[in-house]
Amino acid sequence: MATGNGSGWQVRHWTHRFFTITTITTGAGAFALQNFQYAAPTTVDDAIQALSEHGEQAKMLAGGTDIIVQLREGMCEADAVIDIKRIEELMQLEYSSRVGLQLGAGVPCWKIYQHAELSVAYPALVDATRIIGGWQIQSRASVGGNLCNASPAADTIPTLIAHNAVCHIAGPQGRRSLPVEQFCAAPGRNILQPGEILVALTFPPPLPKASSAYERFIPRNEMDIAAAGAASWVQLDDTGERIVKARIALGAVAPTPIFAQEASSWLVGQPVNDETFVEAGEIAKKVASPIDDMRGTREYRVHLVGVLTKRTLAKATHRAQAE
Amino acid sequence: MSNVIVQPSSTRPRKYNVIGTRPVRHDGVDKVTGKAIYAADLSLPNMAQGAYLRSPHAHARIISIDTSQAEAMPGVLAVATSADLPDPWDKTEELGEGCINYAHLSGNVLARKKALYRGHAVAAVAATDIHTAQQAARQIKVEYEVLPAVTWVLDAMEEDAPLLHDNLFTQTLGEKPTKPSNIGQHIHFEQGDIEQGFAEADVVIEREYRTETVHQGYIEPHASVALWNEDGRLKIWTATQGSFTVRQQLAELLKIPVSKITVVPCEIGGGFGGKIAVYEPPVAAVLSRKCGRPVKLAMRRDEVFEGTGPTPGSFMRVKMGATKEGRLTAAKAWLAYDAGAFPGGMIGPGSMCVFSCYDIPNATVDGYDVVLNKPKTQAYRAPGATQAALATETVIDEIAVELGIDPVDFRLQNAAKEGTRRVDGPTYPRIGLVETLQALKESEHWNSPLEGPNRGRGVACGFWFNAGLKSSAAANVNDDGTVTLVEGSPDIGGTRTSLAMQLAETLGIAAEEVHPQVVDTDSVGYTDVTGGSRVTFSTGLAAHKAALDIQDQMIKRAAELWECQPDDIQVDAGTYGYNDHKQTFKELAVELSSTGEAIVGRAAVNPQGSTNAFSANIVDVEVDPETGKVKILRFTTAQDAGKAIHPSYVEGQMQGGSVQGIGWALNEEYFYDDRGAMKNASFLDYRMPTSYDVPMIETIIVEVPNPDHPFGVRGVGEVSIVPPPAAITNAIHQATGLRMHHLPISPPRLHQAIAERNGQ
Ligand SMILES: Cc1cc2nc3c(=O)[nH]c(=O)nc-3n(C[C@H](O)[C@H](O)[C@H](O)COP(=O)(O)OP(=O)(O)OC[C@H]3O[C@@H](n4cnc5c(N)ncnc54)[C@H](O)[C@@H]3O)c2cc1C
Repeated sequence: MATGNGSGWQVRHWTHRFFTITTITTGAGAFALQNFQYAAPTTVDDAIQALSEHGEQAKMLAGGTDIIVQLREGMCEADAVIDIKRIEELMQLEYSSRVGLQLGAGVPCWKIYQHAELSVAYPALVDATRIIGGWQIQSRASVGGNLCNASPAADTIPTLIAHNAVCHIAGPQGRRSLPVEQFCAAPGRNILQPGEILVALTFPPPLPKASSAYERFIPRNEMDIAAAGAASWVQLDDTGERIVKARIALGAVAPTPIFAQEASSWLVGQPVNDETFVEAGEIAKKVASPIDDMRGTREYRVHLVGVLTKRTLAKATHRAQAE
Repeated sequence: MSNVIVQPSSTRPRKYNVIGTRPVRHDGVDKVTGKAIYAADLSLPNMAQGAYLRSPHAHARIISIDTSQAEAMPGVLAVATSADLPDPWDKTEELGEGCINYAHLSGNVLARKKALYRGHAVAAVAATDIHTAQQAARQIKVEYEVLPAVTWVLDAMEEDAPLLHDNLFTQTLGEKPTKPSNIGQHIHFEQGDIEQGFAEADVVIEREYRTETVHQGYIEPHASVALWNEDGRLKIWTATQGSFTVRQQLAELLKIPVSKITVVPCEIGGGFGGKIAVYEPPVAAVLSRKCGRPVKLAMRRDEVFEGTGPTPGSFMRVKMGATKEGRLTAAKAWLAYDAGAFPGGMIGPGSMCVFSCYDIPNATVDGYDVVLNKPKTQAYRAPGATQAALATETVIDEIAVELGIDPVDFRLQNAAKEGTRRVDGPTYPRIGLVETLQALKESEHWNSPLEGPNRGRGVACGFWFNAGLKSSAAANVNDDGTVTLVEGSPDIGGTRTSLAMQLAETLGIAAEEVHPQVVDTDSVGYTDVTGGSRVTFSTGLAAHKAALDIQDQMIKRAAELWECQPDDIQVDAGTYGYNDHKQTFKELAVELSSTGEAIVGRAAVNPQGSTNAFSANIVDVEVDPETGKVKILRFTTAQDAGKAIHPSYVEGQMQGGSVQGIGWALNEEYFYDDRGAMKNASFLDYRMPTSYDVPMIETIIVEVPNPDHPFGVRGVGEVSIVPPPAAITNAIHQATGLRMHHLPISPPRLHQAIAERNGQ
């Protein structure tokens, strides 16, 4: 079945009979996956080339916890699926307190929350990776995939913004970088151009007296999509009583996860107390423009922005003070 | 988990060897190792795969269906529409948990002139593989004339509401209406003098309630394999609560004799009342007849939500009055339940249950069965009772608070007991509501204080009938002294074991020495549905009688062997004795196997009346006032089981029903857009509770034996779902001061109420 195409990566022509996911799920009458080609290149360049060859009809596969579901439910189509998990650069996780974190786009969630130092260096990110799905999902789901899927409610994206992370992209035209808050374009759409892939995310090194937190609101305690989410990052002065710097980001209340610029700037110089957190929440609410749907009404979601901003600020400052 | 078994003093205690113990279930290993066979697991040689085409509109006239393109696709074997089903007869039949009208059933299975709800099946395709079948279904061209849709029960009752059926005239005791409407039936019950009753009351409370549509949420989607053979015999493997009921429905829908049909009940992944009426079996049958192959038709989860029976959304108005001393004097209920697209919903039992926990001298009940553009409603665990209990039990709570009487005492003071006449007519025999409430009152939970802000405790009770109906069983004594029990009740809650235990107890052998099997409709006598909490009671009675039949035969044969009269033989706990002869059942069975014909016991029973189940809850909640999210801190359910044959399974039923009730109370609802399309047809957005959302449910089994059963069994399968929403609503009131009147009390809804109360 395997046919090399001479460019160093392998293409396998799978028919549904050989694709185990199809045979398992059709038994229960699920929508069937359509046939597609599968490739697992080992270098970024090969991945770009494979992508360029298939154009719109190629889909990247990291953990597959979004893309397989979408293909199976007919929400999108693909002629070719390109697995990135064999590309070393995309599977690397490197951290030092001096340089910060370099996170390959395909690294699964569990590697983040099981890393001894990351829960102190990037607590909000760790909070988010711990609540994505259950163990099975966390063993596969990547932060890169969560970002590229560009769901307004994606749990890690607000934390990436709050942590001031940067996206590193490679494409036919070479490499480029941009802040995470500029990456998502619309629900389910990102700014990647044809042939481009996300290679890694980098996070600045942790600062003294700084910490962060992420919380989402869901009606149940598991298996749910955020009705609203907030990530707060704060740095305190030496006394631990005043905020020196802050970054607040919100999820599920706009077409994309958003940076709450005004609330973040307002916090600079404010004392650490409940009134400050409440006021920051009120200011953050101004940038929320949620929709009404079965996950919550517009008014309710705006209200949640205030509650979650307040709560994550309190948690982040508490963590920073404990340092 | 606390589990106090209360033995009320009024009962003579009996000692059992098997009953009341907790043997490992006979089907346990198959289930935990994944080897149990469910309908969707089946694969037959040459089997075709089926797929449905469903209406995208909530209400539309079907102008034409063009199947030619689909039929021309390579791999497509057959296409079916309602034109392939014979013209149905207008005939109504009782199926054990609600009635079925075959004209409506046929129109529900495949839409006829109109699609009446989004997800209504319009056509189906059989193809060589599932891909082709699904693609072909999309190639069927249906021309619709879209009509205005109505999805809220009060809207559907309006004079100018979109009319679903132009031949539906309200059934009522009064004059037959001259104009069709969406109201299928008006039920009216009364007793005493309602005016007088309210005049005697010192406190009168009247409230209005609304509940949304919820689904049974069984884990296994509907699935069937049909094989219609050239000799005219039809065989169906399916997920059903009643194999004989499926056989009956198929005979009526396809107009073939029952003798031509064999239904094989596969293992079933839950039903809760939703797997009684058929959906896919007749469609798979027609496809099989057309293509000459076995056809599998299995639903996806979204099809289950959109195309199969949820339970009614409702509007209710309940008014009750009591004297200063705490005596209920009068009650009045006005209930409108939606039936979904066809009449015959759950308003009957709802109207019968609304005041059934109380002794109320003066009462009236008006109930309305209303059709609208939602899937046809089906039974769901004590169908119709949970909604009604929400209304009654929260009004009761308000009166108790108003009078300053403890809510459990107030209920005890007015509780129905032996001799109480229900508003709908019957007078209760010996029942266990008082004992159940007493058990709650004496529980550790009730007697430990609840502290902390935003916390509250609520109580409520509930009633449900339990059916008798027909059951059959046969039992073969094997030559190793074990017994094979053959029965026809699909096992949803561990009934194979509870029946085997009754047989074992009667014969004086161990539960493990009985091998129980649920067999197909050709292999056992007629048996009604697994529903109405009836199997352990009624099929249990059949198992008991089959055991007595065996015992009689053993005695006769032993008498021959020992050369004495049958009357001379003493049987004590499975030991047969005469003079020096003393043999256990097993020893005797081994010996008899070589001295004559086989020993086969059989029984068919048809007990009448209800076994009357009662349940009561205490629930502690904590409300997050900033988000409106409710956390269940502690939950205790007490229930009269009559006699718990296998206490673990009784507890399992109590816990399962409680959790479903919690979901109904807090988050579950069909979320419709303004065009009548369900927006949350998945377990992601249709929020049933997960294990993270509920504490361990504490159970108290109360045993007030049912005089009409040899072991005192009452049905235990359903009533546990009745009190939770009311108990939770009462607890939320204590936590927040707010009386909520709309289920589910989801975070946005409760938060809005809190904000409004706080004047925000
Ligand atoms: C049961 C379940 C529960 C879930 N719970 C949550 C939850 O709680 N919170 C939450 O936020 N999400 C949740 N998800 C969604 C999903 O798991 C996450 O979004 C996950 O992070 C996606 O990562 P992945 O590696 O599986 O992505 P994939 O599915 O492999 O990819 C996602 C998308 O990104 C693209 N992509 C992947 N890698 C790259 C790359 N390097 N360059 C360019 N494009 C790329 C893919 O083509 C695809 O479009 C859940 C999913 C399931 C099935």
